Amino acid sequence: MRSVLPVLTVLAVIVGIWYLAVAPMNVRVALDQVERAGEVVVPEGSVPRREVSVWQLMLNNSEHVGLGYALDRPRLPTPAQVGQELWKTTGAMIAKGRPWSKRGLIYHGWITLQSTLWGFALGTLLGILGAVAIVYSRTAQLSLMPWAIISQTIPIVALAPMIIVLSSQVGIEGRGVPKAIISAYLCFFPVLVGMVKGLRAPETSQLDLLRTYNASGLQSFLRLRLPASVPYLFTSLKVGIAAALVGTIVGELPTGAISGLGARILIGDQFGTPLAIWSALFAAAVLAGALVTLLDAIQRVTLKRMGMAT
Amino acid sequence: MTVISAQDLDLTFQTNDGPVHALKGVSLDIEKGDFVSFIGPSGCGKTTFLRCMADLEQPTGGSITVNGTTPEEARKARAYGYVFQAAGLYPWRTIGRNISLPLEIMGYSRAEQAERVARTLELVELSGFEKKFPWQLSGGMQQRASIARALAFDADILLMDEPFGALDEIVRDHLNEQLLQLWARTEKTIAFVTHSIPEAVYLSTKIVVMSPRPGRITDVIESTLPRERPLDIRETPEFLEIAHRVRDGLRAGHAYD
Repeated sequence: MRSVLPVLTVLAVIVGIWYLAVAPMNVRVALDQVERAGEVVVPEGSVPRREVSVWQLMLNNSEHVGLGYALDRPRLPTPAQVGQELWKTTGAMIAKGRPWSKRGLIYHGWITLQSTLWGFALGTLLGILGAVAIVYSRTAQLSLMPWAIISQTIPIVALAPMIIVLSSQVGIEGRGVPKAIISAYLCFFPVLVGMVKGLRAPETSQLDLLRTYNASGLQSFLRLRLPASVPYLFTSLKVGIAAALVGTIVGELPTGAISGLGARILIGDQFGTPLAIWSALFAAAVLAGALVTLLDAIQRVTLKRMGMAT
Repeated sequence: MTVISAQDLDLTFQTNDGPVHALKGVSLDIEKGDFVSFIGPSGCGKTTFLRCMADLEQPTGGSITVNGTTPEEARKARAYGYVFQAAGLYPWRTIGRNISLPLEIMGYSRAEQAERVARTLELVELSGFEKKFPWQLSGGMQQRASIARALAFDADILLMDEPFGALDEIVRDHLNEQLLQLWARTEKTIAFVTHSIPEAVYLSTKIVVMSPRPGRITDVIESTLPRERPLDIRETPEFLEIAHRVRDGLRAGHAYD
């Protein structure tokens, strides 16, 4: 509870900066709009105004700056506008009894969540299996690790359309599977790295001790390496699920997608509706926050039950 | 009866700075029921020697037998319990479950596990702490739990590598006393590595003084102290005489270079 005040302070600062930024960001759009409505703007015409800095425009036309906070299609919407749009596409939809409307973010968020969870499951599985291979086999360590690192240097936005095209070529219909693959692609790496560290966490003396018991490889894995890796695993899972969400949204961006938060962002961009972009963005952030918080809670309970709570 | 026998044992580590002779020409017999201490400065090979007995290191020359077999066979027959300097309890297991760890691995039944955990906890005076997690215990109690873990499967040999090295002197005195009582009750053969002269003299029936570069035995002292040893035996002339001989042995073998 002690962390509430600092968090709120940071939030207040961010919102404050945001509100301050809205005026310069929107002044050109606002002036264009009032000029079309017949008001006098200095200088006249949107083309000459491009030569003038936003600060000068704000000074020259201070009476119109306020309009920047109430535009339909602002360059930068205010937090309140984003909040209203979020409510309109979620809570208001529920109130109207149409929570699953394709115009609402609940439907699109659910589409994104599904792919994220599939990708997270797949990525976690691959990450853990890869880590086990790397810890137990020097060959795997030498061959697998460089590829894992290289895989993360390839921009996912370049890879995503290819994965979608390739998966449709091999007869996979819809976006679900390729999106989950892209999501897993981003998610497996933090899990792999964290698990390698976790499985190697036991000290030499602890491994020696099991050797004095003549314990089998499986016994030392299950009784020592695996439990010792649990704190590392949870830390990686929290990074991994956020990466999986980003992967899914990237997978929804290439042209043609019609559902999912990524598609909403893309469509918002194409149709020039910034509010749709921003509300989808915030919906994604809320989703990521909820998923990480959930994992954090599971971590607390698990470590507490294991007696490893800190 | 000879339990551990080393003949002309060599162990050379190959390092980037050239070979390091951790052990050179080490010969020693340990009889059943002996309490043998290994003392010497860092690098004298005392821990390496202990690890050879435990099959945790492979000698590069000479021979060593444990219970008449190779260390590997002895290890597979679970002939010894090993206690490390760090208690090394699993933080995710309670004290009881830590002690039953070797029992689980060795396939004892649940009832047998519970019975042995209770018995060894009593032996190290930790009854009632079975359900506690390691972090809830002091360093000395943790080390006692780790001794209980080594005792749980009734191996006749106990190999202890500076088990009390990280503890303060008051706790150490207390644990030394307890260890002697435990040794008297269980009639185990104990090989014990230490840095401390009083500890070595107080505990041992036989003190092996070692020196480094190369690691070798410079003196073997048979203790003349009775097996029954109250703590204040450490002020007797007899005790001080043995301690003096150990100190001389350490000085002779160690040029303080």
